[in-house]
Amino acid sequence: MKATVYVTIKQNVLDPQGSAVQGALHTMGFEEVGKVRIGKYLELELDTTDRAEAENNLKAMCEKLLANTVIEDYRFELEG
Amino acid sequence: MKFAVIVFPGSNCDIDCYKAVEETVGQPVDYVWHTATDLSAYDAILVPGGFSYGDYLRCGAIARFAPVMSEVVKAAAQGKYILGICNGFQILTEAGLLPGALRRNEGLKFRCHSTLLEVVNNGTAFTNQYAPGEIIDIPIAHGEGNYYCDEATLAELKANGQIVFRYKAGANPNGSIEDIAGISNKAGNVVGMMPHPERAISQILGSEDGKRMFTSILNAWREKNGAAVNG
Repeated sequence: MKATVYVTIKQNVLDPQGSAVQGALHTMGFEEVGKVRIGKYLELELDTTDRAEAENNLKAMCEKLLANTVIEDYRFELEG
Repeated sequence: MKFAVIVFPGSNCDIDCYKAVEETVGQPVDYVWHTATDLSAYDAILVPGGFSYGDYLRCGAIARFAPVMSEVVKAAAQGKYILGICNGFQILTEAGLLPGALRRNEGLKFRCHSTLLEVVNNGTAFTNQYAPGEIIDIPIAHGEGNYYCDEATLAELKANGQIVFRYKAGANPNGSIEDIAGISNKAGNVVGMMPHPERAISQILGSEDGKRMFTSILNAWREKNGAAVNG
């Protein structure tokens, strides 16, 4: 089974990298760009066929290691 | 009094911390590798700066699961003195020993220069040799020192006197909330700070204002243990 995990800075927490990229895009003339948020994209191969177990374990992985829930949100998708 | 300096793969201020203990308080000090599973011999534990595990994923995120960290958590619960400096601060927040998190500097730059700090709480085991509100000169060297916590946590930090150091007003180098440079846990025996006191122990290094953090720890330990000055 393949899992895709997305980690982003929480909406109410300043993302300095996102703000810098937004500024650069404006300088380039892409005036339509609003807020930019930078995050992480992780691909995990899971050696299991049990979807419920995979979801439970992924939640634990995200809470404990993959995201810092003080400042980050996460979501994941499972395939296969 | 016995000090431990924890060493992770990628730590790079471990030698500075070790030398600072030798130079400032002259107490026994050991390097302790991240795989160690017993810290019972130590009274104070220094978690040094650097780039543990290459700062992969997030600063401190992987180091926090090193075997030695469960011992650090145990030592914190026993009331031993734990000081996390720079990456050490990041590791202690990731480990949940200190509240909040360190974000990327507001200006995105790695800032490496001396900074003026205000000693906000001189009642801790780490700051008892400073005057209240004293301004001290301690260098920083970090790209991710922008302290963040939510409103409720901030109110708690203030109510409990857990804000130990602030950057001097108008000289916040990284955008951290309320100019916070260092905090303690509720019990006061765990402190994390972005500036490097171990780099400020001699005028040759530009400042010796960091020296008194180490003498504070020894002083607190002696008071607690009723120990006479024996070296």
